[in-house]
Amino acid sequence: MRRLLIANRGEIARRVIRSARKLGIETVAIYSEADATLAHVEEADIAVAIGPSPARESYLDMGKVLAAARQTGADAIHPGYGFLSESAEFAGRVVAEGLTWVGPAPETIRAMGDKAQARALAAAAGVPVVPGSGVIGPDSDLDAEAAQVGYPLLVKAVAGGGGIGMRQIDGPDQLGRVVTATQSMAGRAFGDSSVFLERYVPKARHVEIQVFGFGAAGAVHLYERDCSLQRRFQKVIEESPAPLLPPETLERMTAAAVALCRHTAYRGAGTVEFIVDVESFEFFFLEMNTRIQVEHPVTEMVTGFDLVGMQLRFARGDLGPMAQTEIAPSGHSIECRLYAEMPEKNFLPSPGPLTRFQLPAETEGLRIDSAYREGDVVTPYYDPMVAKVIAHGRDRADACDRAVAALQGIAIEGLRSNRDFLIACLSSPGFRRGDIYTGFIDDKRVTLLEPALAEDR
Amino acid sequence: MTIIDIKTEITGNIWKIEAKPGDRIDEGEAIMILESMKMEIPVSAPEPGVLHEILFEEGATVTEGTVVARLEA
Repeated sequence: MRRLLIANRGEIARRVIRSARKLGIETVAIYSEADATLAHVEEADIAVAIGPSPARESYLDMGKVLAAARQTGADAIHPGYGFLSESAEFAGRVVAEGLTWVGPAPETIRAMGDKAQARALAAAAGVPVVPGSGVIGPDSDLDAEAAQVGYPLLVKAVAGGGGIGMRQIDGPDQLGRVVTATQSMAGRAFGDSSVFLERYVPKARHVEIQVFGFGAAGAVHLYERDCSLQRRFQKVIEESPAPLLPPETLERMTAAAVALCRHTAYRGAGTVEFIVDVESFEFFFLEMNTRIQVEHPVTEMVTGFDLVGMQLRFARGDLGPMAQTEIAPSGHSIECRLYAEMPEKNFLPSPGPLTRFQLPAETEGLRIDSAYREGDVVTPYYDPMVAKVIAHGRDRADACDRAVAALQGIAIEGLRSNRDFLIACLSSPGFRRGDIYTGFIDDKRVTLLEPALAEDR
Repeated sequence: MTIIDIKTEITGNIWKIEAKPGDRIDEGEAIMILESMKMEIPVSAPEPGVLHEILFEEGATVTEGTVVARLEA
């Protein structure tokens, strides 16, 4: 691997450039019209314009990305996250062109991208999946099926989606009536009256395990990240270790994640995501992401490993199988995503010029991965993330305090951001206690926004 | 008859225009849909009326608070 094209933009492109440079690999940036003046374009050894601002005409256009690789003589492609990173087709085309794909095999990406297939693979590897029944038919023993799934459960229409055709029931007495009602509703709404039962976790945390696979030679985990603080199903604050998670639960989760890697002869960095019941600490497989994650710095801060560097070294064949004992986490790390958005308007996006954008200096316990510099414009074409603030401390309270101080040290003007909202989250008693769950932001939004709303009046 | 200015709530690109001048529009009905940072956000009529004019074409970039259409209410 001599010259690496990064099929991405912004902070992750800059992040990959940093690790590539340390390994003596030349870098090629690609950029759309809107991104021509951004830092990742300047920092790469070579930069290629690949088209208009909309992503489908630039960063998502496989033909243009591959043409840029040919034109610059790149011999490898790192996809970053988002865009083409989980496209099995793109990975296959990269390999077919004789280039090195920095990621797992195309067939692994395809299998994990298919919900049903991923669930079947997880179950086959012994990973707990959300208990569910088959389609309920006229001959089904409803009570037995429900007892096996466990309460509370959801009666779900096979043809439904996005919460439509879903009914929650808490005990056996309502079961027959709700199943019949849901079947009839599904028949009218979707033309298909099939329903099934699935366990419902009313209050859940999102905990994921960072893994690194060496194909047939096994896999290791790099511990967990708790990503429970979300808005619109997008993560806002991530941390490691997961607060208040019993050690035996963590041990079972990491073992399950490694088992899934072994079962699929997984190659490279990946993340196995779970939902965890906050009461019982039962955990269930959600999905596996076959790429580097936005929140990977949290793991890098607590383990000291350079995950992107590991990806590159493994792809070029100079990273052999590691032993689990080589990986020992220390301290606590928290990442906050600084978004260009309006928390007081239900987190609507707020693109605009960064007329002022000053970041505190990075120190031993503080890392800031930013996509932008003062004077740049955050355009409406891509996601709203402006920067990631990652703090590391001796314990959770210390990491929290450092993150708050770093956020308070950011000057950002010209657009609206969630800076103050992040500070409010980190400072709230519930967060400090570790009482976090995926509904945290929805439930507490109004209280967390009080200072901002008061200013508006 | 009053003419009402319809303004955008956010900065974004006009992805789809859903109505044309002369159309009768209900309160809350989308006149156009903006695309911004991977989200689709409708621009809706604040009250019922007849669409008087649309001031931009699909693909245009508009900033927060821009008048994008006028409605006869």
